[in-house]
Amino acid sequence: MKHTIKELEDIASQIRRDIVRMVHGCQSGHPGGSLGCADFFTALYFEVLNHNKEFSMDGVGEDLFFLSNGHISPVWYSTLAHAGYFEKSELATFRKLDSRLQGHPTTHEHLPGIRIASGSLGQGMSVAIGAALTKRLNGDKSYVFTLHGDGELQEGQNWEAAMFAPFHEMDRLICSVDYNGQQIDGPTKKVLSLDSLQAKFEAFGWHVINTDGNDMQSIVEGLHYAKTLTGKGKPIMNLMSTQMGAGVDYMMGSHKWHGTAPNDEQLAAALAQLPETLGDY
Amino acid sequence: MKKYTYTEKKDTRSGFGAGLHEAGKKNENVVALCADLVGSLKMDAFIKDFPERFTQVGIAEANMIGIAAGMTIGGKIPFTGTFANFSTGRVYDQIRQSVAYSNKNVKICASHAGLTLGEDGATHQILEDIGLMKMLPGMVVINPCDYNQTKAATLAIAEYEGPVYLRFGRPVIPVFTDPDQKFEIGKAWMVNEGTDVTIIATGHMVWKAIEAGEKLAELGIDAEIINIHTIKPLDDEAILKSVKKTGCVVTCEEHNKFGGLGESVARLLTTELPTPQEFVATNDTFGESGTPDQLMSKYGLDAVNIVEAVQKVIGRKK
Repeated sequence: MKHTIKELEDIASQIRRDIVRMVHGCQSGHPGGSLGCADFFTALYFEVLNHNKEFSMDGVGEDLFFLSNGHISPVWYSTLAHAGYFEKSELATFRKLDSRLQGHPTTHEHLPGIRIASGSLGQGMSVAIGAALTKRLNGDKSYVFTLHGDGELQEGQNWEAAMFAPFHEMDRLICSVDYNGQQIDGPTKKVLSLDSLQAKFEAFGWHVINTDGNDMQSIVEGLHYAKTLTGKGKPIMNLMSTQMGAGVDYMMGSHKWHGTAPNDEQLAAALAQLPETLGDY
Repeated sequence: MKKYTYTEKKDTRSGFGAGLHEAGKKNENVVALCADLVGSLKMDAFIKDFPERFTQVGIAEANMIGIAAGMTIGGKIPFTGTFANFSTGRVYDQIRQSVAYSNKNVKICASHAGLTLGEDGATHQILEDIGLMKMLPGMVVINPCDYNQTKAATLAIAEYEGPVYLRFGRPVIPVFTDPDQKFEIGKAWMVNEGTDVTIIATGHMVWKAIEAGEKLAELGIDAEIINIHTIKPLDDEAILKSVKKTGCVVTCEEHNKFGGLGESVARLLTTELPTPQEFVATNDTFGESGTPDQLMSKYGLDAVNIVEAVQKVIGRKK
């Protein structure tokens, strides 16, 4: 462990503060999923990922990460800033004119840390497979990580990719699903049920693990464990149960905060629950 | 009229296959992907010599485009291959977000474009692909005219950094360009110098334009024929220079007149040098089953249609 669980939880608390402040600052964006994944991003970038903050697009010899559900960009931007990819003061420009921090992540404005645009859903797993194929061709034994929304799995391209990865024994591919059971129009169970993701991915030939995405210990151990599964010819799918809005009581457990910004009072209520640990931007 | 002859007929897709194989020999970063159409795309030679650099994706074009975009990360130069319909319309959003907006060095190589796909009919005969692709910011769009030019274009795009759409076809047609040509992206090829009309043609229509030029010469009309193989970026300078001389233009393409080469030329001329123009193109229609020759005739894409369009446009000159 590079950090104690307490240290990681402190980082996640600061990232959560940043998320609600960023979304409040431009009165738009997606706080719910971002908050739900703050622990995952913290664990990934501060504990699991072998990465270099001196960003290079090709990422040779590094682990790569692709965010497929690009709308949770606030959590990624804050994580990248605290990991040293760019100044955290830039977080104040989120979703504003001439910013590198676009509403959805993009390479177009050359923000360090981003290797592909995402936002239109369902494309990240294919891209990650491509990056992993190139690593294989180049003899680069690093890992490729992804994150997907659960509602996003309703997009068909995911299942084209899900069929491909096991057939080609992409066992350095570690995908995670933000399994919060919510999407814009309501609970996934009511919109279009995902049924058993475990059974689906296992049937496709994946090694499926389950973690609690809002328990730092669980997510760190789960991702480390996922790395040890390499060599068995199966890609790894981490079904990570989360709470949309985790860390802010009035945002939790509902799809209503998927894409809504807090007002001034709501911001204050949220920040009162989230200790400032690393300094606000 | 400059005399063009040919000794053999070949399909442009075979030019792609030969170019891909040669590009693979020249640069080990060139990789290829296909969605269950290896034979149709003539990828066999590449696969035989570089099996580890080929990825069979199966019938999953969206996944193929995404994988290709990802493969550029780490330095590969992916060439994707499937029919033009499945290379564009089926995967437009994947190309838009993961390739064009992300500025990935992917070469989208599309065979069986247009009516000359033939008997399979309109489900497979895309006539909208040039328009779809040229609308994407940063996308280069190339539609070469014969085997040799397609091979040369394939080699050229391997050396170009950025997303490219390369469009070619199924039927065997005359091979009349130089086998050793240097292909310059965005540079028009002067097929024949003339004074009375500018005929601008792309893809399979270039040979038809040459046939039309010979017929026009017999009628006493001296046609300038320009091959625009690169529809985007368009060679504005070559077109304006020619049209200044001739005062009228006919554009020829195996594509819908909405969104194709003709509209790109019209956009240029209407802002720089308003000029009478006629379009030899399909007229907002789907195709149908038939032989390539039957279809080109029925949908007005023959030399005789170019001759008629020239006569009409010359009549419109002031």
